[in-house]
Amino acid sequence: MPMAQENKSADVQDAGSIEPAIDIQSVTKSFGSQKVLDGVSFQVHRGETRAILGRSGTGKSVLLRIIVGLQTPDSGAAMILGVNMATGTDKEISDVRKRMGFLFQHAALYDSLTVEDNVAFPLVHHRKDMPESDRKERVNDLLKEVGLEGHGNKMPADISGGMQKRAGLARALALDPVILLLDEPTAGLDPISSSEIDELILNLQDKHQMASIVVTHDMISAKTIATRIALMDQGKIVIEGSFEDLRKSNESFVSQFLHRDF
Amino acid sequence: MSSSTSGEFRSNLIVGMLEWVGELGSFFWGVLRAAVTPPFQVAEFVRQLDEIGAKSFPLVALAGSAIGVVLALEAHSSLVRFGARALLPATVVFSVITEMGPILTGLIVSGRVGAGIGAELAAMKVTEQIDAIEASAVDPQKLLAATRICACIIALPLLTLVASFFGVLLGWVATSFIEPITLVRFVNDGFRGASFKDFLPPTFKTCIYGMIIGTVASYQGMRAKGGAIGVGSAATTSVVLSSLLVILADVLLVKIILLFFP
Repeated sequence: MPMAQENKSADVQDAGSIEPAIDIQSVTKSFGSQKVLDGVSFQVHRGETRAILGRSGTGKSVLLRIIVGLQTPDSGAAMILGVNMATGTDKEISDVRKRMGFLFQHAALYDSLTVEDNVAFPLVHHRKDMPESDRKERVNDLLKEVGLEGHGNKMPADISGGMQKRAGLARALALDPVILLLDEPTAGLDPISSSEIDELILNLQDKHQMASIVVTHDMISAKTIATRIALMDQGKIVIEGSFEDLRKSNESFVSQFLHRDF
Repeated sequence: MSSSTSGEFRSNLIVGMLEWVGELGSFFWGVLRAAVTPPFQVAEFVRQLDEIGAKSFPLVALAGSAIGVVLALEAHSSLVRFGARALLPATVVFSVITEMGPILTGLIVSGRVGAGIGAELAAMKVTEQIDAIEASAVDPQKLLAATRICACIIALPLLTLVASFFGVLLGWVATSFIEPITLVRFVNDGFRGASFKDFLPPTFKTCIYGMIIGTVASYQGMRAKGGAIGVGSAATTSVVLSSLLVILADVLLVKIILLFFP
């Protein structure tokens, strides 16, 4: 994590928010006899990017789905912008979701819509008073921001995996979210595309100062974009801190993760 | 031992069926609530009306024509045998409009549209597109299911009119090949003594078919799991279950219509 960004994040936190944007309180979740989350707790403030790493099947994506309210925890609470996503009213949850951007692991672009219609989707549904010309301008700005200028008329199936991730990111940013959730943004991409996506996320974070959570297996990506890194194993956060904190750790599990990538 | 196993299988089957019916009912109730709550998804509804109604037109017209021809040819030989040749126009008209047109349309639409809706929504489900819609604070039941079910309810009676029109028209063409008869005389003889109550209830009962096809296919699609196998399974079960329920509904509706319009 570049030092400049770390300092900037701290400034924003001090100057702006007192309440954390994301407050995960002792969340547990099981599927049958398998406990995938076991008392997970952490907070993320605006301007902070939290990377969550761990082996496949350790509940990282489930945690993101609980934060968005797509799944409910067995116990504990995901308080997002002060709303409990399991017990909040439909309107409260809807209002929170409008302030949240979610990049799915495989981008989840609507395959019957063009790239620009995908990006316009949240605007069409939540900014009904926005004139069409303004909406087009906003979509073009977003596409330009993620480096997809000139690709708006293409269908999702006609663009590469990296471009799909960029389009998904543009869609996630359409409503100017205060929270950004990224589920494996670099998974399945070549190293060059991965570093381009990392760079893009860094720039967006620098510009929009969102509270972000990045779920990833990619330690290099986590090191590049995150202010703090949490490592999960068997449904629990085993260590949390900066990349340097993780590097100094004597835990064998942490070492295995670090040495795989470096 | 084997009788207890078969007893267990039967009870599991019954429980599974009851669960399916309960979940389908709960799904339909959710869709109904979503459908009557603003904002309304007018653009998507119109798109679905075109997809389900206009694009089924050629198939339904062709099937209606075929049934008209077959009925005229089959009925002619039977009626001649009993010296009731004069009843041929009425036999064709009443058979096509009261039963053959509606049930044929129901089964054709459950094949073409049921499979389409089931497969499309299942593919959206397994690629997280439905989750992405929900995460964007848009109700997928309203956007995807309610629009399709409403379009089916509106399209089915219109398509039934198409099937009935072509059935009667081609019934006349087939009849006039066997023994020349003018269209005006065929229609006059066919509709003699008929009133609206003979034709309106059978045509509008197809609204129920539309509701069944839209609901079953949307439900099967939106609960799909497991990649390509799940998509295929959702498409197949959508067609099988909606066809079966359309036939069962037909039996009940014929009885109910005869009760209220003797």
